[in-house]
Amino acid sequence: MSTRPIEAAPPRTVQTVTFDATMDARIAELRQRYPTSRAALLPVLWLCQERYGWISPGVIRAVAERLGESPAFVEGVVTFYTMYQTAPPARYVLQVCTTLSCAWTGARELVAHLKERLGIGFGETTPDGTFQLVGVQCLGACGRAPVIQINDDYYEDLDVARLDAILDELSGRR
Amino acid sequence: MEPVLLRARGAADSRAITTYLKAGGYEGWKKALAMGPDAVTKEVSDSELRGRGGAGFPTGRKWSFVPKDHPGPRYLVCNADESEPGTFKDREIIEYDPHQVIEGIAIASFAIKANTAYIYIRGEFVRWARILEETITEARQHGFLGKNVLGSGFDLDVWVHRGAGAYICGEETALLESIEGKRGFPRLKPPFPAVVGLFGKPTVINNVETLACVPHIITRGAAWFAGIGRAKNTGPKLFGVSGHVNRPGVYELPLGVTFREIIEEHAGGVRGGRKLKAFFPGGSSAPVLTAAEVDVKADFDACAEAKTMLGSGGIIVFDDSVDMVEVADNVAHFYAHESCGQCTPCREGSDWCMDILDRLMAGHGLPADPDTLLRICRFASGGMTICPLGDAFALPITSLVTKFRDEFERHIAAATPLPPRKLPVLPWAGPKAGFGI
Ligand SMILES: Cc1cc2nc3c(=O)[nH]c(=O)nc-3n(C[C@H](O)[C@H](O)[C@H](O)COP(=O)(O)O)c2cc1C
Ligand code: SF4
Ligand code: FES
Repeated sequence: MSTRPIEAAPPRTVQTVTFDATMDARIAELRQRYPTSRAALLPVLWLCQERYGWISPGVIRAVAERLGESPAFVEGVVTFYTMYQTAPPARYVLQVCTTLSCAWTGARELVAHLKERLGIGFGETTPDGTFQLVGVQCLGACGRAPVIQINDDYYEDLDVARLDAILDELSGRR
Repeated sequence: MEPVLLRARGAADSRAITTYLKAGGYEGWKKALAMGPDAVTKEVSDSELRGRGGAGFPTGRKWSFVPKDHPGPRYLVCNADESEPGTFKDREIIEYDPHQVIEGIAIASFAIKANTAYIYIRGEFVRWARILEETITEARQHGFLGKNVLGSGFDLDVWVHRGAGAYICGEETALLESIEGKRGFPRLKPPFPAVVGLFGKPTVINNVETLACVPHIITRGAAWFAGIGRAKNTGPKLFGVSGHVNRPGVYELPLGVTFREIIEEHAGGVRGGRKLKAFFPGGSSAPVLTAAEVDVKADFDACAEAKTMLGSGGIIVFDDSVDMVEVADNVAHFYAHESCGQCTPCREGSDWCMDILDRLMAGHGLPADPDTLLRICRFASGGMTICPLGDAFALPITSLVTKFRDEFERHIAAATPLPPRKLPVLPWAGPKAGFGI
């Protein structure tokens, strides 16, 4: 079962989220794809994560209210899936695949290098909030191992030199 | 074999509907509409197409389980979760020729009389979800989807539904729960989804590759398809080869070629001049095969005879430098992380295996460990759990312990005792601080 470390518990900030007209329209569009309003939950959460960056307690309450669910039900769903961020994420989330094909074709070297270069371990964020390091399971790109997903994009066939070039570019883009 | 599913790979604008139409695309859909649902199902049954998602269930038979007299609605679901370690074939189809999938979805929906279809795609595949959205829009603009398709009176909507990071949602009933907006907890079967599925309605779930085969079967005929491969194991199959080979990638070959041919000829053999030690033949849930078993045929029945599975066709290759205890540890970590937690033998068993294997790797193995692992796995497999994830971790670990027991013994022989643990002591404040006892 996937459990989150206690340190990563979401900050329980009181926050009120009000959907604007654009969000209202997009939620209504998603809602009509399904015969029940509950079924729109995953796509609406994705929409909120794109819009607000993470799923805060305020987002959970607003979504629950809109879809006629209890906040507890929505929170149960949010925490079951690993990709919903329950705390503000770093600017770039480095998700390193640690499963078989990647592990035996260079992922270990990439992880060791990332830990050294960034000075952080799995689950941690650099002090300036730029990079967050996460170990993940098979990303479905094993033919181009080792693979790292950075935010929405896949970076494949990596080695330490290419990884450094990518990190240099991302750091410079800030 | 001339490529079928990957025929457009590498061509310019391979994804565009104009390219697809030029290659005869959507002719199968037009033909299916003229044939009628029952004739379509019969054609697919006659082709002997078996599901490419893992279990190899005959596709035509699955469609025929949908009750004929059900007043509706019914649903078709395309499984694009692609989360089994070593599997990366569906994304190749979506990347290069996604209209095949949409056409297959249309034909399958028509065969079971479903007017709504969902594509469930893993959350990480942001790019490929977008490609599918664009493909659906194109198909709709050309009148292949939507209201009154090609003047036939048949309506069909197709929606992309993104997962959000959970391997278990590839299991068909967990997938249905996830579309319904819930946590991905597999359902007890029966009832089977063909009778009580999505939103409680009859539902067929098929893999991307399975559905991509369908338009070709309808245009070229069941006999053509059944002529590829061997009896009951027909058609082209995508094999994803990864790990220690010279040319990892996706290869389209007839079912029934040997793993030797796939690994040595197509994937260029083991890299760095090393020797083959072992390989997972169909994702990490399939029991491992050793170098001595490389002449097994890569099809459903031959793999079953070799006491493993063709699974998704994801072949993970290990050279002779690999420590198979470490492989078992990696596998245990995956399943312990992905178990949904509903069943004790799976939730606790996968965690327990992981703890034992972590300890073995840390140099503190105990003589009883291999047998304990086997015992835990026996309790988690063979129908003791709600869904087959129990088997999915238990069978590969059992195979690794059995086939590479000497490597486990070597770790144990070199082990040092676990350093004594300092357990925290609860403060004891005398009887008055308790519950009055
Ligand atoms: C734990 C588990 C994970 C699965 N993951 C996938 C997957 O990622 N993709 C897939 O197509 N099938 C997956 N399956 C198989 C599906 O449950 C189902 O059998 C398949 O989608 C049916 O399609 P088919 O008949 O076309 O093969 C998984 C099964 C289990 C037990
Ligand atoms: S076998 Fe494992 S994954 Fe499947 S339902 Fe039970 S606990 Fe969940
Ligand atoms: S093992 Fe890393 S992408 Fe599959």
